[in-house]
Amino acid sequence: MTDFAISQSMPARQSSPVLKALRRNRFAWIGIGLLAMIVLVAIFAPLIAPYDPLKQNILHRLSPPSADFWFGTDSYGRDVLSRLLYGARISLSIGFLSVLIAMVVGSALGILAGYIGGVFDQIVMGIVDVMLSFPTLLLGLMVAAMLGASFENLIIAIAITETAPFARVARAPTIAMKRRDFVEAGKSLGYTPVHIMRVHILPNILSDIVVVASLWMASAIRTEASLAFIGLGVLPPTATWGGMIREGFENILSAWWLVVFPSLAILLTVLALNILGDALRDAIDPKTRSQG
Amino acid sequence: MIGYVIRRLLLAIPTLLAMLTMVFILVRLVPGDAAVAMLGDRASAQTLQNLRAQLGLDQPITVQYVRFITDMLSGDFGRSMTSGRTVLEEVALVLPYTLELALAAMLIGTLLGIPLGVVAAVRRNRWPDYVSRVLSLVGLSFPGFVSGILMLLAFAVWLQWLPVMSRASSDPLSHLRSLALPALNLGLIMTAYIARVTRSSMLDVLGEDYIRTARAKGVRPSKLVMRHALGNALIPIVTVVGLYFGTLIGNSVLTEIVFTRPGLGKLILGALQSRDYTLLQGLMVVFATFVILVNTATDLIYALVDPRVSYAQ
Repeated sequence: MTDFAISQSMPARQSSPVLKALRRNRFAWIGIGLLAMIVLVAIFAPLIAPYDPLKQNILHRLSPPSADFWFGTDSYGRDVLSRLLYGARISLSIGFLSVLIAMVVGSALGILAGYIGGVFDQIVMGIVDVMLSFPTLLLGLMVAAMLGASFENLIIAIAITETAPFARVARAPTIAMKRRDFVEAGKSLGYTPVHIMRVHILPNILSDIVVVASLWMASAIRTEASLAFIGLGVLPPTATWGGMIREGFENILSAWWLVVFPSLAILLTVLALNILGDALRDAIDPKTRSQG
Repeated sequence: MIGYVIRRLLLAIPTLLAMLTMVFILVRLVPGDAAVAMLGDRASAQTLQNLRAQLGLDQPITVQYVRFITDMLSGDFGRSMTSGRTVLEEVALVLPYTLELALAAMLIGTLLGIPLGVVAAVRRNRWPDYVSRVLSLVGLSFPGFVSGILMLLAFAVWLQWLPVMSRASSDPLSHLRSLALPALNLGLIMTAYIARVTRSSMLDVLGEDYIRTARAKGVRPSKLVMRHALGNALIPIVTVVGLYFGTLIGNSVLTEIVFTRPGLGKLILGALQSRDYTLLQGLMVVFATFVILVNTATDLIYALVDPRVSYAQ
C-alpha cells in the first residue's frame, strides 16, 4: 500500500517517450546499426578472420590489398584484416570496461555528494574539478606511464580520466530530486538513505548517465587508440588499432593500407558511439524532442 | 566586481593544491618506485640508493610531500634527469612551437566554425544544417593523430603539396608551409567543436523573445542574426572554447608527434621513452596549472562580458 502511494507520486519513468523519439531519429539507427556491426565483428572475430592475426609470413610482407589479403599485410606479413577484426575486441572491451568503472564510481560519488551535501559535497566536487582540469589524454598518459601499460592498467587509467564527468552529471539532478515529494515521503516512511538513493533517485537520473556513458565510451576508445599510438597500448604482438597505426606509420610512404584501415576502424567506432550519444541526448532533452 | 575577481582567484588556490597532491600520489603509483623504474631491475643496490637519495625517496612520505608542495609552489618544478635542465627551461625551449600551432588552430577553428554554426542554426533542419552537423560529428570523432595521419598521407605523400616533416625554418614561406598541415589538422577538429557549440548557442538565442520582437519590428534578417543574436550567443561560445583548451593541448601533443614537429608533444614523448619521471611530473604540474589558469581566466571573462552574471555571491 505504501509502496503504491510512493510509486504514484514518483515521476513516470521517461523510457517510453524516449524510445519513441529514438525510433523517429534516423541518425540514431545509423549509429545503432554501425555499433551492432562492430560489436558482432569483435565477438565473432575468430570465425570471420581469414588468417591468424599473429601469424607471420615473410614471403608476403608489405603486400598491398589483393584478393588473398583484402586489406594487405604488414611488415611481418601478418594479415591486416584479421588484425583489425581482433583489434576490435581490445578497443571495445577497454572502452566498455573503463566507462563501466567510471560510470559506477562516478555516479555513486555524484549521488552521494548531492544527497549528503555539506562538507562532503564540497570535498568531492573539489576533487572532481581538479580531475577535470587535467586534459584527458595527458592524465591517461601519466597514469598509464606510471602503472605500466597493460590491458588492466589501461582500463584503470582511462577510467580515472572519466570518473569526474559522471560525478558531475549525477550530482545536479540528485540535488533537485532530493527536494521532491516522493523522496520526502520515502524519508518519512523510514527508508534508509541507501534505499532512497538506489530505488528512488538512481532510476530517475539513469537516462542522463547513459547518455554521458555513450559519449564517454567514444572518448575512451579515442584515448586508448591515442595511447597505443604513443606507445602506451597493450603490448605487441597483440593487435590493437592504435598499435597497428603506430607500426604502420613507419612505412607510411610505401604502405598506406597499414594506417588507412585501422584509422577508418577507429573513426567508424567513435562516430557510431557519438551518433548514438547525440540521438539519446536529443531524445531525452524535452526541448529538442518536441521540436523534432 | 573586484571582490568577485579576488574570490575567483582565491578559489584557484585549493584547486592547485589538490592538483599537486594528485600528481604526488600519481608518481608514487609507479610499481616498485621511481628509482627502479628509471634505472631498471638490473641496477645495483648502491646506484638505486644514490638515485633515491637524489630524488628524496629515502625520506618519510610526509617529508616528501611537504618538500614537493613547497618546491612546486615556489616555482621549482624539478629537473629533467636526462638533460639536466629544469622543467621550466625544457618547456620554454619548445613552448613557442606549441603556442604557434595552438594559435593557428584557434584561428582556423574560429574563422570556419562560427560561420558554419550560425548557418546551421539559421537554416535549422534544412540541408546546410545537416551538412554542418554531419561534418562536425565526423570532425569530433577523429582522434587527433588519425586525422593528422590521413592528411599527411593525402597532402604530403600522395599530392606532394606540402612537406612530410614539419621543421622550423627562417624562410617565412617554408615556415608557413610546414605549419600548414599540423595547424589545419588541429584547426579542423576545433572547427567541428566550435560549429557545434555555436549552433546550439545560436538556437537558444534565436528562440528568445527579444529576437521575435526585433523580427516583428522589421529588423533586417542579416542584422538580426549578426548583431542581435550572434552577439549574445558568443558568450557561451567563449566559455566553451576556453574550456576546450585542455583538449587542444592533448590533440597538439598527438599532432606534433605525427608531423615530427618540435613542441610539448615531443617533449612528453621523449620523457616517456627515457623514463624521465621528474620531467614527466613537472610537465604534468605545468600543464594542469596552465589549464587551471585558463579556466579561471575564462570564468572571469565570462563575468566581464555577461552583465547577467551576478558578482554578489
